Amino acid sequence: MNEQPIISVRNVNFYYDSFHALKDISLDFAPNSVTALIGPSGCGKSTLLRLLNRMNDLIDKIRLEGEIIFEGKNIYDPGVDPVEVRKRIGMVFQKPNPFPKTIYKNISYAPKLSGVNNSDELDAVVEQSLRQAVLWDEVKDILNRSAMTLSGGQQQRLCIARALAMKPDIILMDEPTSALDPISTAKIEELIDELKKDYTIIIVTHNMQQAARVSDKTGFFYLGSLIEYDVTKKIFTMPQVKQTEDYITGRFG
Amino acid sequence: MKPNHIFFSRETKERIIKRFFLFCAFISVGVLALILFSLFHGGMPLFETVNIKSFLLGMEWYPTFEPPEFGIFPLIIGSLIVTTISTCIAVPLSILLAVFTAEVAPDYLKNTVKVIIELLAGLPSVVLGFFGMVVIAPILQDSFNLPSGLNIINASLILSIMVVPTIASLSDDALRAVPKEYKEASYALGATRFETIAFVIIPGALSGIFTAIILGMARAIGETMVVLMVAGGAGAIPESIFDSVRPMPASIAAEMGEAPRNGLHYHALFAIGMVLFFITLAFNIVADYVSRRFKEGGSSSL
Ligand SMILES: Nc1ncnc2c1ncn2[C@@H]1O[C@H](COP(=O)(O)OP(=O)(O)OP(=O)(O)O)[C@@H](O)[C@H]1O
Ligand SMILES: [Mg+2]
Repeated sequence: MNEQPIISVRNVNFYYDSFHALKDISLDFAPNSVTALIGPSGCGKSTLLRLLNRMNDLIDKIRLEGEIIFEGKNIYDPGVDPVEVRKRIGMVFQKPNPFPKTIYKNISYAPKLSGVNNSDELDAVVEQSLRQAVLWDEVKDILNRSAMTLSGGQQQRLCIARALAMKPDIILMDEPTSALDPISTAKIEELIDELKKDYTIIIVTHNMQQAARVSDKTGFFYLGSLIEYDVTKKIFTMPQVKQTEDYITGRFG
Repeated sequence: MKPNHIFFSRETKERIIKRFFLFCAFISVGVLALILFSLFHGGMPLFETVNIKSFLLGMEWYPTFEPPEFGIFPLIIGSLIVTTISTCIAVPLSILLAVFTAEVAPDYLKNTVKVIIELLAGLPSVVLGFFGMVVIAPILQDSFNLPSGLNIINASLILSIMVVPTIASLSDDALRAVPKEYKEASYALGATRFETIAFVIIPGALSGIFTAIILGMARAIGETMVVLMVAGGAGAIPESIFDSVRPMPASIAAEMGEAPRNGLHYHALFAIGMVLFFITLAFNIVADYVSRRFKEGGSSSL
């Protein structure tokens, strides 16, 4: 993959107060690909993910050095509005977090914020997003029911649909299947494969098989450093660094 | 094994603890029942002489005349009107304050404002009443050229000062209880802070806010000292917000000392107490019903 990266992290150091959470990270994400971020708990995967759409801005006492370039511009430049960044870079969380509103209102939330008020247009976005997230057939008759009544797996696909409705370029997923059963997990993995055609996906996972199944490239993190970053097949068959090998074979510690 | 296990098995201990809590619950229910009993015991005899309709809807409250009149409609209206106006003043203020302390303010300001709200809540009502008499009343009297500044608007203002802390702090709790996940979801969907507050946080806290409002109203309608001191005390249907009124608690407090024990007037005052009790009960039932409904359906039931 020698395409132009859609987003690249350049020499990023990140601190929570005095805690140095990310240490000199540099990596590029290719468009229309799936990148997996793996590593033991606390190594900074979520931190990096949340830096990419400026969600960490919501936390007090943080400090960032380095740049994150998206479409040729550093998203941390003083003139950049984090709200605009988040509109382009969607996020799906570990725990499904639909709003306690109807299914329809969940999906139409972002389009409405962007000023879509025409109900035909909204209906179309809702249907399209739910279809893309392979949830349409299950919910098309209950769009006005509370999203809280859906199963966990359905809720997570709803959250994906909700992010898609915003028409982002990149979708960040932080352990999206860790709260789900194997069947829902398989559905979401299929979905990721499908979404890759139109979106760039960056996914954090603790599930090695999942990383191997869904991703094109994989980055291994350890204690805030990026240890190895390469094509997934290579990471899983012949890792260059001993730590990576130990981790993916479960001989860690 | 710990030593007390020799004497009591775990089941026995659990049974003792359960009994103890049951006993405590029983005591408080018992006390409540006693209070209600004395309230009804004091109030019911009135209805042997005066029928309920002329009591509730009667326009004349002349308990000491010969023959006496026991119509409390003006008193009910007096109570409802000061409660309504004070709620209208207090609700927007309290919600703004709660949003400020729960969501917007930086930590140091948040704490300062919360301390001020708590101080306000701790003010004895007689002090507020005094403030109404010596500060608000003259201002009202001068600016609107009134014979007296002790009237509906004065009482409503003072009552709203009293209920702001109740509504604001309960609403603050409700806003804080909105799960962080919802806020994150909203921000991640490109919402601004204002949009997140308006479309996710406030709707998520609505049942709590509503409960807070109802409890604030219950507090306002039962509040005695303030209305006794600054509402003016006229037992007639008011025609403007500058008229004086005599809300129910004010009547009870003012007249109980002079009403001969077990006389008709005495029973009538207890009967007013019953009416107040039913109104606050209704408020609580509504508050309970609302928070229950919301819990089931989430704010999607909106
Ligand atoms: N809000 C915060 N304030 C302070 N420290 C934090 C905060 N969030 C995370 N950290 C610290 O930063 C480090 C990296 O956290 P992060 O959540 O990125 O790890 P992770 O790799 O996602 O772990 P996991 O796999 O358990 O989700 C951890 O040591 C954590 O304690
Ligand atoms: Mg994480």
